[in-house]
Order: sequence, then structure tokens, then C-alpha cells
Amino acid sequence: MTDTTEATPNKKKAMSMTAEAAAADERGSQDAGFVESKHAGHHWSGEAPMFIYAVWYLAFLYIPVMFLPLFSFNDSIYVAFPLKGFTLQWYGDMVDNPALLRALENSVKVGFGVAMASTFLGLFAAKAMTRYYMPGKGPITSFIMLPLVIPGIVLGIALLVISNTMGMDLSLWTIAAAHTLIGVPFAMLVMVSRLEGFDKNLEEASLDLGEGAFQTFMRITLPLAWPGILASVLLTFTISFDEFILAFFLAGNEVTLPIYIWSQLRFPNRLPMVLSLGACVLVFSFFIVTFSEVMRRRGVGPQSGAAI
Amino acid sequence: MTDQTQTAGNVGSFTENTSLGFRARSLFLKHEWLRGYTLLSPTLLVMICLMCVPIFMLVAYSFWTQNYLDIDKTFTFANYEAFFQKPIYVALMMKSIRMSLFCTAVTLLLAYPMAYFIAFKVKTNKLVWLILITVPFWTSYLLRVFAWKVILGFNGVINSGLISMGLLDEPLQFLLYNPTAVVLTLAHAWAAFAILPIYVSLEKIDRSLLEAATDLGDTPTERFWRVTWPLSLPGMVAAGLLVFIPTVGDYVTPRLVGGTTGIMIGNIVQSQFGKANNWPMGAALSVISMILITILVVTFITSTTRARAKSA
Repeated sequence: MTDTTEATPNKKKAMSMTAEAAAADERGSQDAGFVESKHAGHHWSGEAPMFIYAVWYLAFLYIPVMFLPLFSFNDSIYVAFPLKGFTLQWYGDMVDNPALLRALENSVKVGFGVAMASTFLGLFAAKAMTRYYMPGKGPITSFIMLPLVIPGIVLGIALLVISNTMGMDLSLWTIAAAHTLIGVPFAMLVMVSRLEGFDKNLEEASLDLGEGAFQTFMRITLPLAWPGILASVLLTFTISFDEFILAFFLAGNEVTLPIYIWSQLRFPNRLPMVLSLGACVLVFSFFIVTFSEVMRRRGVGPQSGAAI
Repeated sequence: MTDQTQTAGNVGSFTENTSLGFRARSLFLKHEWLRGYTLLSPTLLVMICLMCVPIFMLVAYSFWTQNYLDIDKTFTFANYEAFFQKPIYVALMMKSIRMSLFCTAVTLLLAYPMAYFIAFKVKTNKLVWLILITVPFWTSYLLRVFAWKVILGFNGVINSGLISMGLLDEPLQFLLYNPTAVVLTLAHAWAAFAILPIYVSLEKIDRSLLEAATDLGDTPTERFWRVTWPLSLPGMVAAGLLVFIPTVGDYVTPRLVGGTTGIMIGNIVQSQFGKANNWPMGAALSVISMILITILVVTFITSTTRARAKSA
């Protein structure tokens, strides 16, 4: 365990940075780059080369992935130029495939369970972290973040070994347990920045006015934390939905979608169908994640300070 | 949340007077940390059961041996000895670390200007840029790696594209199935993780320091190397670790685009749990990689902290 503890604060920092970044945006819009803005009348006050580099970088990030949707509409079994013509045949193959639909169903089931469990645990932890004075808060946070710095393969085999020792059969449950382990840190991060983002006085006022702790939680904390909860549910669902390596080690007879995709990569003639499936998964993940990012950054105001 | 525990306390003491429940309740009200820990306990319990116990078991396995279909549970260092005796293991471990280091360097080099751009040059719509950078990271890792296989393949996007444009007569063989392909794919897959910590450290820089440097006669280049760069180093260190640690043990990328020359330690670990069916050896290999990674990370952190302390 101590192996990876050293690196955790950094990881933690990096994980909270998206939340921090949101706070930084607030500052940024007020005071950012006045050094440059002295001689800036136009929108891009910086030099053009940097902007061009940034566009190239985004292209590097996005274009490789775009080939999957592109070739999924190509009327050829070979993934090669020149394009042969437009077809929806591969999408048709995909819908007619019972094994695939079964894997999809499994993925959705696991993802839903993981999203609920990690968000629930993340919310508890975040509430404790932000609202109570506790000694050892730092080490505990690092501890909860640990799964993110342990290589996935190590977590996977560790969980495989323990299921084997305890005589547990591999199933969707083992996959869900593994995904919950990596979902909790993300859920907690999202929720901590959300809970830090609103006025604690609201909760105190409610307590002063005679509400119990539970009532206050239900009537004040929960409604205010709602965007964070939604963001966390969506994010952890997507993490589980797209996760491969843990599921690879922990899948029994029932497989999830990434495992199904992996098993199809061996067959060259199924490649176009895998491309169309991949395109669907990518588009789906893209929209869910974008929505969740917008949700979690919205309303994390300047007073939120540094997350964790 | 604390309500539940309080109620539990009350119920328990109901039969034997209220004094115990009352005491539990007052203990809770008196000690804030107790309420905090109670609230935290389910999460901690789950983390302990799903992380600490399995890893403990993994370490235990590494001291056992495989005896055909059974596990021989006598304590032995045999697996660790095997690691150092078979040159293939050591060589592969070193190669994995080298490839990861190289990949980390490439990723950081590419990410820095991008992070700098978002932190200093983007005035409006910073959020849009950040989301654009982050979103690919959350989407399927498997599919992003698979995309590179499609691109670099013998009949892949690059080869067929160049041939159909008439720039090439026959497909280039060197694109796929080698360490370079692995490094390129990993650099692409982990790009977002590198940008964000660097961005945060750049964004935190007090802008008046930059102004001061300019006022005191620094040229923009001097100002960058003397102010911005040193202050952004913590972000670089964090980003470096974020990329390095997970990539050493990566399985998917070397498997899909690495071929025989591009395999890494993760592939050998997996094969011990698959075809080779020697779980204890696989456990020992992963314990060794974790220890090595930790040593490297700790040396790296202490040396950078020392270097920074010296320059300050």
C-alpha cells in the first residue's frame, strides 16, 4: 500500500484540478494575462503560433478517434482508403446481434449500479470531508484517491486473486465491485468541489431553526448538491461503461461491452461492425461526459476555493 | 446522516434505561470528528475491502508457488529469485520503464504549450477549451487505442491513404507493431491528464510577478525562463507522475499496437494469469513493478524538491 502513497498528493492535485480550474476560470476572466492585454485590442491577444499549435493539438486529440465513425459508414469490409461509398449495413449488423445486445444490457446494469454506489459513497465521504473537523483528513483523502494511481492491471489481478481465495465466482458483481472502487474517488472529487461551492451558513441556519441533521441534509444539502450528484452519476456511469482492464480480469460468463469489443477484434470480418459499435459508444460517452462536465463546473463559484 | 447512528444508539439502550443512548448521543455531539468518521466509515470500509485486502492477498500470493492446478502455500522467495534469474523479466521490466519514461517526456513536451495557451492566451471561453481537452480522456480508452491500430495498420488509414494519393507504392511496414507505435498511442491516450495539472499550476501564477519581471527589464523569453517555468514545475512533476505510473503497467496498448517487440511488463503479468497459468509468479511480477515504480517516483520527487530548494 505504501508503494503508491508517495505519488498520491500529486494525483489528487491533478484530479481536483478540473474543479480548481473552474475556480481559476473565475479569477482568470478577471485578471488573467494583463501582461498580454496591454497590447491587445482583439480577441486572441496572444501570438498566432500558439493558437495554431492549440488547434493542431486538438486535432491530434480528436482526429484519430474520428476515423472510427468515418469508416463505420464505409461500404467495404476493409478499413482503408479510398472510401467505397456510404452504407448503414454495419449499424444494421450491430442491432441484429444478440450477443452484443446482451453485453450492452450488462454494461448498462453494471454502470447503473456503479454510478449509484459510488455516488452514494462519494457523497458521504465528501460531506464528512467538507463539513466536519477531523484529524487525518489529508491522509484519508489520499487513501481514497489511491485506486487512481495503482495501475489498473494490479487492481484487476488483486481483485481476481481475492475472489478466487474467497471462492467467489466471477460475475457482473465482481466487475461492479471493481468499478465502484475506481468510481468512488471521482465521485468524491466532484462532490467535494460542489459542497465547498455553496454557503455553509444555509445548513447552519436550518439547524438553528430547529431542523434535525437528517432533515437539513434532505432539505438543504441535497437540493444544493444536486448538480454535483448528477455530474457524479453520469461520470461514474461512463467510467464503468468504458472500463476495460478490470472487467477483463473479473468477467465471468457474462461480459460487458468493452470485453465484447475486445473479443471481436480477433475476427477481421467483424471489424466494420466493431467500428460502428465503437462509433456509437464514443458519441454516447462524449455527450454524457460533456453534459456532466458542464453540470459540475456550473455554479462551482469563486468562493469554492481550492477543491480538497 | 449522524441521525441514523444516534437512533441506533438509542434503540440499543432502550431496554436498559436511556443512559447509554444518552451517553452515545452526547459523545457524538461533543466530538465533531466522531460524527465525521461515522459518516466516512462506509466509504472507508468499501475501500479497505476492495483495495487493501486484495492487495494484501496479492502480496501473499507472490510468496507462494503454483503446483500444477493447486497453489502451494509454503512461504518462499522462489518467484522473486526467478525474476532475477531469468534475464527476460528484468529486460522487459527495464524496457517498460524506458518506454514509459519516453512516453511521459513526449506527452509533457506536447502538453506544456497547450496548457500555457489556455492559461495565458485564452481570455474568454476558457471553460470550453478545458472541456474540449478533458472529454476525450473520459471516453473509452480501448477504442482510442483501437483507433491507432486502424490508423497505423498495414492496410490502415495512413498506408492506404498515402497509396491512394499515389505517394507510396507499397504499405510501410514500420508503422505498427513496434515500441514507437506504443509510445505514440500512449502519448495520445494520456494527453489530457498531462495538460490539466500543468494548466492549474500556470493559472495559479500571480500575474503581478510577470508584470514585475517585465518592469524590471526582462524580455519575454527571460521572463518565461526565470518566472513562469520555475513556478510551473510542480504541475510538470504532477503531470509526469500521472502519465508515468499508469503507463508502466499498461496492457491494452502494447497488446494492440506493440506486436512482439513492443510488449511490456503488463502483458507478461496478464499471461501468468492466462496462458502460463502461474498466478504466484504474476503476483510477484506486479509486486516488483509496484515497488520499482515507487522507488523511481520517490527518487524523482525528492530530487526535484531538492533541486528547487537549491535554486530558491
